[in-house]
Amino acid sequence: MGSLTPVGSADSQAGFFATQADALINWGRKNSLWPMPLGLSCCGIELMAMIGPKFDIARFGAEAARFSPRQCDVLIVAGTLTWKMAEACRTIYDQMPDPKWVIAMGVCSSSGGMYDSYAVTQGVDMILPVDVYVPGCPPRPDAVIDALMKLQKKIERESPTGRLAQGVLEGGDEGTGAFSMPPNQAVTTHRIGTYVAPGDMTPGDGSEDQSS
Amino acid sequence: MSATSDERIEAALGQDATAREARDGMATYIVPRAAAHDALSRLKGAGFESVTLVTAIDRMPREPRFEVYWQLLSLQHKLRVRVVAEVPEDDAHVASVVDLWPGAGYGERECFDMFGIEFDGGSNQRLLMPDGYDHFPLRKDFPHQGIEPDRLYREWERERRSEAGKS
Repeated sequence: MGSLTPVGSADSQAGFFATQADALINWGRKNSLWPMPLGLSCCGIELMAMIGPKFDIARFGAEAARFSPRQCDVLIVAGTLTWKMAEACRTIYDQMPDPKWVIAMGVCSSSGGMYDSYAVTQGVDMILPVDVYVPGCPPRPDAVIDALMKLQKKIERESPTGRLAQGVLEGGDEGTGAFSMPPNQAVTTHRIGTYVAPGDMTPGDGSEDQSS
Repeated sequence: MSATSDERIEAALGQDATAREARDGMATYIVPRAAAHDALSRLKGAGFESVTLVTAIDRMPREPRFEVYWQLLSLQHKLRVRVVAEVPEDDAHVASVVDLWPGAGYGERECFDMFGIEFDGGSNQRLLMPDGYDHFPLRKDFPHQGIEPDRLYREWERERRSEAGKS
């Protein structure tokens, strides 16, 4: 390690040792992505199918679904994340050791989906940095496997030794209050919290609805 | 099941109740709020051994604003009955019936959670929404996207970050 001079994160600036070490580390990381399955609704069923023998994500080294966040690399948020569950989800993410990645599986965890509601987060990127979004309601297991392969391609481009040399720990926004990756700007979070005063509504006078 | 009323129900309710149009094959009676507990107690004595539903309806522009519903079932008489009490918004409380039917507690808690109607003698705790939530989602003046839905999460996160900063 003596010849390792501080380098930038771009591969073009890194030396022979750093790039070869990066390739080795990334190869190991991308082929042993252990998922943390956070099955919150119907997406969880597709996630089980994906882990099972028919779709078999063991082909990508990701079959070891651990139910302890301490042993996981990729958090798969599968389903509708409510604000009440958000604290648990964030705690799981914080308990995962670096390096860690997040797949938002399904439209609910990507954008809130059809739940444009007071109880549901409008995308898990409101509370977590997300690496890959998978559309679908629920997405087929193939689509999530595609997301996994995209995540593997993303990991190939990372430079762990560069980060090490910069003295930057892997991953997250833990304790800093800032996302290492900005949340999805497409989510119109500003709508949340807009309050419609009762006077702005135009309810009926109730006369047509005297049923009971 | 009979769509019309039954003399046993009429006798139990007495003078307090006014009949309403029967819907879903269920006789419906409106009772004054203060007399609701007594009326339900007499219905229990008349053989209605279970309460199947406690809920409310928000008829917002109308006064009084809320209607609280109890639906009772009598297996021995093969009868159902629906009892309604009107509850105004500024004094939204009604007597709890958990002393008669302990199973009514869930319905009452949900009713409190969603409409903010308090049940005297009931637990009046949140059931679905988190503790500390300020609003009542099924009220008609509640916007469907909520009022600061992320407030409790952000408070939790702020507290967690300040604790992490200390250690």
